Amino acid sequence: MPRRRDEMVPDAEFRSYYGQPVIKQPLWHEPHMPAYLYLGGLSGAAGAMAAAARLTGRDRLELAARMAAFAGAGVGTVFLVAELGRPMRFLNMLRVFKLTSPMSVGSWTLAAHSGLTGVAAGSAVTGLLPLAGDAASVASGLSGMAMATYTAVLLADTAVPAWHEGMRELPFLFAGSALASAGAAVMLTTPRALAGPARTAAAAGAMAEIVAGGLLEHRLGLVGEPYRTGRAGRLMRASRVLTLGGGLLATVARRSRALTALSAMAITAGALCTRFGVLEAGRASARDPKYTVVPQRDRLDAGRPASVPGR
Amino acid sequence: MAERVGFFTDTTVCIGCKACEVACKEWNDVPDDGFVFRATSYDNTGALGASTWRHVAFVEQDGRWLMSSDVCKHCTHAACLDVCPTGALFRTEFDTVVVQPDVCNGCGYCVPACPYGVIDRRQDDGRAWKCTLCYDRLRGGMEPACAKACPTKSIQFGPLDELRQRAEERVERLHAEGTTEARLYGADPDNGVGGTGAFFLLLDEPETYGLPPDPVVTTRDLPAMWRWAGGAALALAAGVAVSFLRRA
Repeated sequence: MPRRRDEMVPDAEFRSYYGQPVIKQPLWHEPHMPAYLYLGGLSGAAGAMAAAARLTGRDRLELAARMAAFAGAGVGTVFLVAELGRPMRFLNMLRVFKLTSPMSVGSWTLAAHSGLTGVAAGSAVTGLLPLAGDAASVASGLSGMAMATYTAVLLADTAVPAWHEGMRELPFLFAGSALASAGAAVMLTTPRALAGPARTAAAAGAMAEIVAGGLLEHRLGLVGEPYRTGRAGRLMRASRVLTLGGGLLATVARRSRALTALSAMAITAGALCTRFGVLEAGRASARDPKYTVVPQRDRLDAGRPASVPGR
Repeated sequence: MAERVGFFTDTTVCIGCKACEVACKEWNDVPDDGFVFRATSYDNTGALGASTWRHVAFVEQDGRWLMSSDVCKHCTHAACLDVCPTGALFRTEFDTVVVQPDVCNGCGYCVPACPYGVIDRRQDDGRAWKCTLCYDRLRGGMEPACAKACPTKSIQFGPLDELRQRAEERVERLHAEGTTEARLYGADPDNGVGGTGAFFLLLDEPETYGLPPDPVVTTRDLPAMWRWAGGAALALAAGVAVSFLRRA
């Protein structure tokens, strides 16, 4: 009997070894890993905003974006190092450069982005080397684009079903979430009259985050189930409510300081829920052998076994 | 480069003695990770992990008792090796996949990357560990400890080509004798991991033994992943650009 892989079919039948998982769960911790995903995304999108502000001559907004980009990268790096089993060996991350390892690509990206945002922020604070600061600020726009999206590849490039099969949607979810996070941080730290672009970015990012999250939950069939159920489902639903509310508030946040703060807090909480929810969905999809076995068994039954062409 | 070597584990002659588990622990100085009565079977190690590099699975069925000694597959296309950011995981001259404990910084990326759930991080030690196919013994011209200790030759070590041929012959003989459910697992070089260095002769579906029925190396799809991420990065840039085009 062919199995339809959507939520109308409750439990696909499959066999397993005493219900034990086939693959290992991601062992990354809370809050380290989702906090890094949030901060890295915030820093990346803030770098892009700093570059855009520089190029359009918005000095005050650029200052806020530079500081947000630097703070996100700095604090994010601390979480990342603390996540290692051997934190003292964190520099081994820069021992090689491997395109096949998104974590290697990400480590070099983070190193470059931290350096650039550090120079940009340092120059802004001290007033020294303004030209180098401006150049670093514009360059952090490029490293920021990579920062805000590579983490989606980091998760998708695993055997975790809910992550691997989300390879199309996760980058847009993370990019949208990053833009919303950075918009929220910058509009909160910029005088309201000058924060227009940050509010627009926050609202646009929030909408993108909601759309991509919806696609992630509903386009993956069986392996999308962990995003809709259990703790991950609750986190993703909370994220949607907070992000939608925060995004709508951002469109009217020019009116008062209180509205700006409320919008920024809701967007930030929504972005954090997204990152915690994605980690939890990955764990849940690794924990239940159903998500590993059923799609693979379907592939075999359909006479389309996996292969690795060209390698 | 030496000839590619591996394991052929013929589960039809496994008697579940766990000599392989013990020999592996002793030779490789793998720490104790508890002996737990699981109330499901005679299995007391549960699964492969940071401190269980051979794991004997026990499946009681009507009229028969399946036993199988699982191990790292030493894939042709190894996801753990691909995603390792430090270069701690490397491919040896024997075409096996080994972690260098003096390089590993415990980032944990290899753990969810493995489609078989083999490699894991030790809690107290912080680094990732798995079967080395007794790299030190191979360099000394000896066979791995588990194969040496196996009393029934269920675990056979040798050049991979030779093992694959021997396994084909074994399956043919079993089929001729009426054991039609015998099948090889992992021996096909065209599978989702390019064939495994350690492969198995099973008597039931792989998932019954806790093995993935059709594993695939996750990095196969990495070029597509980078393209999607590139698209998202451009969308982000467009979003920022549009936000800043306004006059206020």
